Amino acid sequence: MQEINKEFRVRSSEFGDKAKFIIEGLNAWFGRNQALKNINMSVKQNEVTAIIGPSGCGKSTFVRCLNRLHEEIIGARCEGRVIFDGKDIYDPDVDPVLIRRRIGMVFQKPNPFPAMTVYENVVAGLILEGRKKKSELDEVVEKFLRLAALWDEVKDKLHQSGARLSSGQQQRLCIARTLAVEPDVILFDEPTSALDPISTAKIEELMQGLKKDYTIVIVTHNMQQAARVSGYTGFFLLGELIEFDRTNKIFTNPANRLTEEYVTGRFG
Amino acid sequence: MNRYTRRKITEKIMFFLSVMSAFIGIVVLFLILGYVIYKGAGGLNIDFFTKLPTPVGVPGGGMVNALIGSFYLIGLASLFSIPAGILIGVYLSEFGRGPFASAVRFVSETLTGVPAIVTGIFAYSVIVIPMGRFSALAGAFALSLLMLPIITKSTEELLKMVPETLREASLALGIPRWKTIIRVVLSTAKSGIITGIMLAIARVGGEAAPLLFTAFGNSYMTWRPDQPVASLPVQLYVYAISPYEDWHQKAWASALVLMGIVLITNIVARIYARDK
Repeated sequence: MQEINKEFRVRSSEFGDKAKFIIEGLNAWFGRNQALKNINMSVKQNEVTAIIGPSGCGKSTFVRCLNRLHEEIIGARCEGRVIFDGKDIYDPDVDPVLIRRRIGMVFQKPNPFPAMTVYENVVAGLILEGRKKKSELDEVVEKFLRLAALWDEVKDKLHQSGARLSSGQQQRLCIARTLAVEPDVILFDEPTSALDPISTAKIEELMQGLKKDYTIVIVTHNMQQAARVSGYTGFFLLGELIEFDRTNKIFTNPANRLTEEYVTGRFG
Repeated sequence: MNRYTRRKITEKIMFFLSVMSAFIGIVVLFLILGYVIYKGAGGLNIDFFTKLPTPVGVPGGGMVNALIGSFYLIGLASLFSIPAGILIGVYLSEFGRGPFASAVRFVSETLTGVPAIVTGIFAYSVIVIPMGRFSALAGAFALSLLMLPIITKSTEELLKMVPETLREASLALGIPRWKTIIRVVLSTAKSGIITGIMLAIARVGGEAAPLLFTAFGNSYMTWRPDQPVASLPVQLYVYAISPYEDWHQKAWASALVLMGIVLITNIVARIYARDK
């Protein structure tokens, strides 16, 4: 396994100044349980990177370390370097709140704010920070709902509760809400695992469109999804990064036996 | 008799017993309500709500001082207990881990069980004695001690019901923790918290014990917090133990008004809770 990591370090430099994230020696814990063990990996700019692996392998923990959300859980902590645009986000002078505005996140279960309308949900990140004038908000709402491919479905329901939409629409509303803060990176943590196939297809299509403006990291249980949407794939097992490579290589000619067994469905 | 029939019969008997118990409970409530209406309705008139009490022997007069006094005391008590209760509830739900939080939780739960009269004695010794007189302030303080643990508990429970995923969604948008709590967590639980506050008000609205030797009573209207003030439950008590027939009638009328207020507060709280 150590060899695989070394092989990856070479690939890391391959991204050059196209590396959005460079993760070095990342370890994470929940209390005494170590969830991530010495992860070394890079994420390429304007590319979709998929994180695959069986349940409990640390995939979600990994992406939650990238926007410093992991540390919000009581008893959770992490160590190591996560260099984002040349700056370690774990430096003591970095404010996690500002980091999270640049690195957005979409969660497994659609989680629109139930006390807010569709409209308010989209601009939640903006109004709560007073970053936009009221007159500009209408424009913002339409722009990001269109970008999230939701505008046509909800344009007459803007002032209804966000919780009344279908779950597929709710998830796209959450994507619009994330986009409205104008981050550079969007982390998707199993965004379609609670959705039907049609909603899933819509969100995958959406991701392809977002790639040119955003860097995307997606955690997924669904290997076909990883194969469809991503350019690079990392395979996690028991808290370790087993293999990281171009997606087509991971799925057609993986270097590690464990990766091969997982992608061919022999375990997990 | 086979087991199946026996089970069916047992089921029928138990069902009958539980329906009967529920029925008895409700009947008692309606008996009380009905009796109070029967005895009190006759004493209700415009004067009751608008006039000050008259001296013994002088007919007429009302209880406007006690009515306003009760609202005044509850208002004063709310000024302290609502913000404090919500803040403690937020602390316990959002930050409350470790021995200090457990201690706060334990003390708060113990406070729920403290008899009302004891909070009255406490307010008497820490406010009435040093000030040298009975006051609305002392009464409100005693009431707020009763309200505080109820509001704290309901706020904590309701905030804990707000899914963790909403807090994370907010944090992931780059909204700081404190703002997340105010704008997302509290606003999601808002209607439940308001219900909790109204139930706390309904709970203390009818209490006489904590007011007996704190707010004491007053035959006149006053808005001064350092003066004794009348309240419905205390006036009811004073009138009920008096030897005068006219006062007994007024005591029944105030009992009816008091029940009405508590009932309405409870009903509004429940409608509010259901509407969300």
